[in-house]
Amino acid sequence: MSTPELKQQVYAENHAEAQAIHPIISARNVSVFYGENKALNDLSLDVPANQVTSLIGPSGCGKTTFLRCLNRMNDLIDICRVEGEILVADQDIYDPAVDVVTLRAHVGMVFQKANPFPKSIFENVAYGLRIHGLTNSKSELEGRVEHSLKRAGLWAEVSDRLDHSGTGLSGGQQQRLCIARTIAVEPRVILMDETCSALDPIATAKIEELMDELREKFTIIIVTHSMHQAARVSQHTAFFHMGELVEHGRTEQIFTSPRDKRTESYITGRIG
Amino acid sequence: MINGDDFAISIRQSRRLKWGERAIQLFMISCSLVAVAVTIGIVFSLVFESYRFFQFVPVYDFLFGLEWSPQTAIREDQVGANGSFGAIPLITGTLLISAIAMAVATPLGLASAIYLAEYAGKRTRDVVKPVLEILAGIPTVVYGFFAALMIAPFIRMTGTDMGLEVASESALAAGLAMGIMIVPLISSLSDDVINAVPQSLRDASLGLGATHSETIRRVILPAATPGIAGSLLLATSTAIGETMIVVMAAGLAANLTANPLEAVTTITAQIVSLLTGDQEFDSAKTLSAFALGLLLFCITLLLNVAALKIVKHYREQYD
Amino acid sequence: MTDSFTQLTPELRRRHRAEFRFQWAGRLAILIAIGFLVVMVSSIAVLGVGALQQTHIKLNVFLDPAQIDTNSLKEADYGRLVKSALKARFPDVSKRRDRRKLYGLISSEAAFTLREKVVQDPSLVGKTLKLWVIASDDVDMLIKGHVSSGAAGGEHRISDMEMRWIDEFRKSGDIETRFNSRFFWSGDSREPELAGIMSALMGSVFSLLVCFALSFPVGIMAAIYLEEFAPKNRWNDLIEVNINNLAAVPSIVFGLLGLAVFLNTFGLPRSSPLVGGMVLALMTLPTIIIASRAALRAVPPSIREAALGIGASPIQSTFHHVAPLALPGMLTGAIIGMARALGETAPLLMIGMVAFIVDVPTSFVEPATALPVQIFLWADSPERAFLEKTSAAIIVLLVFLVLMNIAAIVIRRKFENRF
Repeated sequence: MSTPELKQQVYAENHAEAQAIHPIISARNVSVFYGENKALNDLSLDVPANQVTSLIGPSGCGKTTFLRCLNRMNDLIDICRVEGEILVADQDIYDPAVDVVTLRAHVGMVFQKANPFPKSIFENVAYGLRIHGLTNSKSELEGRVEHSLKRAGLWAEVSDRLDHSGTGLSGGQQQRLCIARTIAVEPRVILMDETCSALDPIATAKIEELMDELREKFTIIIVTHSMHQAARVSQHTAFFHMGELVEHGRTEQIFTSPRDKRTESYITGRIG
Repeated sequence: MINGDDFAISIRQSRRLKWGERAIQLFMISCSLVAVAVTIGIVFSLVFESYRFFQFVPVYDFLFGLEWSPQTAIREDQVGANGSFGAIPLITGTLLISAIAMAVATPLGLASAIYLAEYAGKRTRDVVKPVLEILAGIPTVVYGFFAALMIAPFIRMTGTDMGLEVASESALAAGLAMGIMIVPLISSLSDDVINAVPQSLRDASLGLGATHSETIRRVILPAATPGIAGSLLLATSTAIGETMIVVMAAGLAANLTANPLEAVTTITAQIVSLLTGDQEFDSAKTLSAFALGLLLFCITLLLNVAALKIVKHYREQYD
Repeated sequence: MTDSFTQLTPELRRRHRAEFRFQWAGRLAILIAIGFLVVMVSSIAVLGVGALQQTHIKLNVFLDPAQIDTNSLKEADYGRLVKSALKARFPDVSKRRDRRKLYGLISSEAAFTLREKVVQDPSLVGKTLKLWVIASDDVDMLIKGHVSSGAAGGEHRISDMEMRWIDEFRKSGDIETRFNSRFFWSGDSREPELAGIMSALMGSVFSLLVCFALSFPVGIMAAIYLEEFAPKNRWNDLIEVNINNLAAVPSIVFGLLGLAVFLNTFGLPRSSPLVGGMVLALMTLPTIIIASRAALRAVPPSIREAALGIGASPIQSTFHHVAPLALPGMLTGAIIGMARALGETAPLLMIGMVAFIVDVPTSFVEPATALPVQIFLWADSPERAFLEKTSAAIIVLLVFLVLMNIAAIVIRRKFENRF
C-alpha cells in the first residue's frame, strides 16, 4: 500500500474513533516552515479528550514543533510559519481573532528543562492565578495553590517551606512544581515536552503516575524519546518521522502491530 | 635525523633563548603594573595634597561645614582671610544634579533597554543601538554648551511663564543634559543583563498565558534586578564625576538648596574653578581642590566597586 | 475563564491595553533619547554652518606715496591708509566718535592684508587698490541676519548710522560673504572674525600622538600578559579589579594626578601637549586593556594549540600567532579610546591647557590648547559671533569623532568572522 493511501486510511480509522469520543484538538493539513525549511509536512491528527497522547519519533522529526504549535509558542520564533488548521475545542487557534493569552491559559505547557521562576514556591504556583485574575481573595488564592500542589503530588514535600525559592528544589520536584503551576490555571490541555528527560527513574515514575491521575481532568499530550514511557502512560501514540506523521492510533496497536515499516523499525530500535 | 648530541645542544640553545623571553615577560608584567601604579599615584597624590590642605582647614570643618567660599588672603589682615571650606553645599549640589540626571536617565534607559531586548526586531536593534551609543560618544563639552545655550533658557522661559523663579544657570538644565548623556550607559548594560535572563523563564511565563509585558514585569525584571542595580550605580558614579556639563551649565554659586530651579555647584565644577586661572600653589584655596578630588575619588570608587561586584555576581549566577 | 479564545473579557482588554502601553513606553523612551540627539546636533549644525562664510567689504585704498616709504615698505602705517579709504567713501562723517564707529566696520586685520599686498608688489604704491577686507564680527552677524537691523537699543551693537553705511556698501555691491578658510587655518583670536581652530586642532593632534604612543603599546602588552600568561592568583585578580575600577574613575581625577605628579613633582612644561597626552594616556589605558583582552579572548584556542603543538614557546605562540590575529580588535579598541580622549576636556583644564593660543604649536612642549578646550573657551565668550565659531568648532570635533569611529568600524568589519 502506498504511503498517501495508507495515510488516508489510517486517518479515517483514527478519525472515526476519535470522533466517537470527540477530539479536543484536531489538526488538519498542518505544515510548518522555519524560513525556507519545512519542519512539518501536511499533518492531520485528532487528539481525544481526557487521554494521554504521546508523540514519538527520532530527534528532529517535528514532534516538538507540532507540540509548540498547539499553544502557539512558535509565535515567539520570527521565522516560523504555520499553514493549515488546528482546532482546539472546535476553534481554529490560528484565526486572527484568537487571543493567544487566552489560548495559552487553556492549553498549558510544561517544558523539557524545569524552569521555575526565581521566586518562592508559593509565588510560582500563584503566578498564573494572579496574572489571569482567577482568585478574588487571599484565602482563595492560598486554597488554589495548595490544591494545585496537592494534585501535582508535591504538597507533602513542600508544605512547610512554601516561602523557599522554587529553584532550591530537586530536579524532579522542580518539574512537579512546574506542573502544579500549569494546572493551577485549570487548562483543558497540558502539553509536556520531554518533561522527564532530565530526571532520574524515581522522579520519572512519580510524574508518570501523576499523568495518569491528571488525565481524568485534563487532556495530556507528551513528547517523549522513551518508547517505554509512551507505552506506559499513553492511550494514544503518534509516530513522527522526518516531518511526517507516519501513523497514529491506540498505543497497543502502534506498539504491537504497526502498519508502517518505519514505525516498526523505530519501535524495534533500528532507527532513532 | 638528529642524533643524541644535536638534540641536547638544541635543548640547551632553546634554554638560552628563554632569556629573551624572560625579558619580554618582565616587560609585559611591568606594563600591567602601570595600571596599578596609576591607581597608587592617584591615591598618593590626592592624599598627600589633601593632608597639606587639612593643616590649614580641619577635616571636620571640611566635611561638615555648611559654607563654601574659598578665599585666599591678598593681604594678611584682610577680613575673612581664611575663607570657609565647608564641602556640604558642594556635596548636596552634586547629589541634586546627579539625582535629576538619574531621574531622567533611569526611566529612559530602562524602557529603551527593555524595548530593544524584548520587543525590537533584529533590524531595529541593529539601527537603534548604535544611534543611542552616539549619545555616549558625544563629548561632554558639547552637552555643556547645549545645556547652557538651549536647555537653560528654555527652562527659564517655561518656568517664568508658570510663575516660577528660575536661575539662569539651574541645576535642572545641567541635570537634564547629563541624564540624556547617561541613557546609553544604562540601556546598554541593562540590555545585556536582560538578555542574560534565560529564555526558559520567558517560555514558562508565556506558556502560562502571561502577556509579554506581564512576563517582563513579573519575571524578567525581578530576575534581572541585581544586574540593573549595578548598571544604575555605575551610571550614578558617572553622573557624580561628570565635569564639563556642570561647569558650563550649573554655575559656581555654592547654594545649599534642594530646589532644582536654583543654581548650585558641584565638587567637579569647584575643582575646575579652583585650578584654572591664577593660582599660588601652597594656598589653602588651591590645595582644597585636591581634598575635593579625594572626596570625589572615594565616592565614585565606592559606587564602582559595589556596582562591579553586583554585576560580576549576577553574571556568575546565569553563566 | 472564558469559553472561547476569541471572546475578550474586560479583564483581558485591560491586560492588552497594559501591554500596548508598555510597548509604547519603550518606543517613546527611544524616541525621546534619539530626538534629543537630533535636536542637539542639528541646532548646533544650524548655528555653526554660518562660520563657513565670512563677510568681506570692498575698499578703494589709495596707496598714497607720501605715506609709504618705498625703502621700508613694511613700516608704513597701513591702518591709516585703510581709514583714509573709509573716510573717502563716507566724507560726511565728521564727528570723532562716529569716525571711530566707521573704522569699526572692518576688522583690524585689513591693515595686515594691505601690507602684504604692497610688500608683494611695490609697484602698487601711488595707485588706488581695490581691496576686499574682512568685515568686523558685528557687521558679519548683521549680514548673516543674526542681529535684526533697525531696532536700536542696548542689546544691539549696530546703530542706525552704521546701518546706513552698510546699506550703502550693499547697494554698490561692495559687501559680500565668502568661504571662510581662515577659520580652519588660523589660531585663536580675541576678534571673533579672525579666530580659527588650527592652533587648538594641532594641540589635539600632538596630545593624541603622545597619548597613542604611550597607551597603545603599554595597553596591549598588559592585555597580552593578563590574558595569556598571568597565573590565576590573588595578585593578578587585584590588577584586574584595579583596571576595571580605573576605567570608571572620573576623568578630572586624572587631571589632578597630572597636575600633582607631572607638573609639580617632575616639573614637565605646563600647558604642553606632552603632559596633556600623558594624562590622556593614563585615562585611555584601561579602555585599551579591556578591549585588547576581549580581542585576545576571541582568538580560538585551536590557534594556540596548533602553535604550541609544533614546538613554539608560549611567547612565540602568542607573538607570532595569537597577537597578530587579535591586532585588528586591539586597534579598534585603541581608536575608540583615542576618540574618547579627543573629546575629553576636564583633565586638560587641570594641567593648564586652557590658554589663549594664537600661534599654531609646532612641538610637543609648547603651550597649546585642545579642540574641546577651545570650544569651552569660546562658549564662555559673550560676542554673538563666537557662538557661531563655537558651534562650528563642535561640528569639526564631531566630524573627527565620526571619522575615527568609522575607521574603527571599517577595521572591525574587514577582519571579523575570520575564525
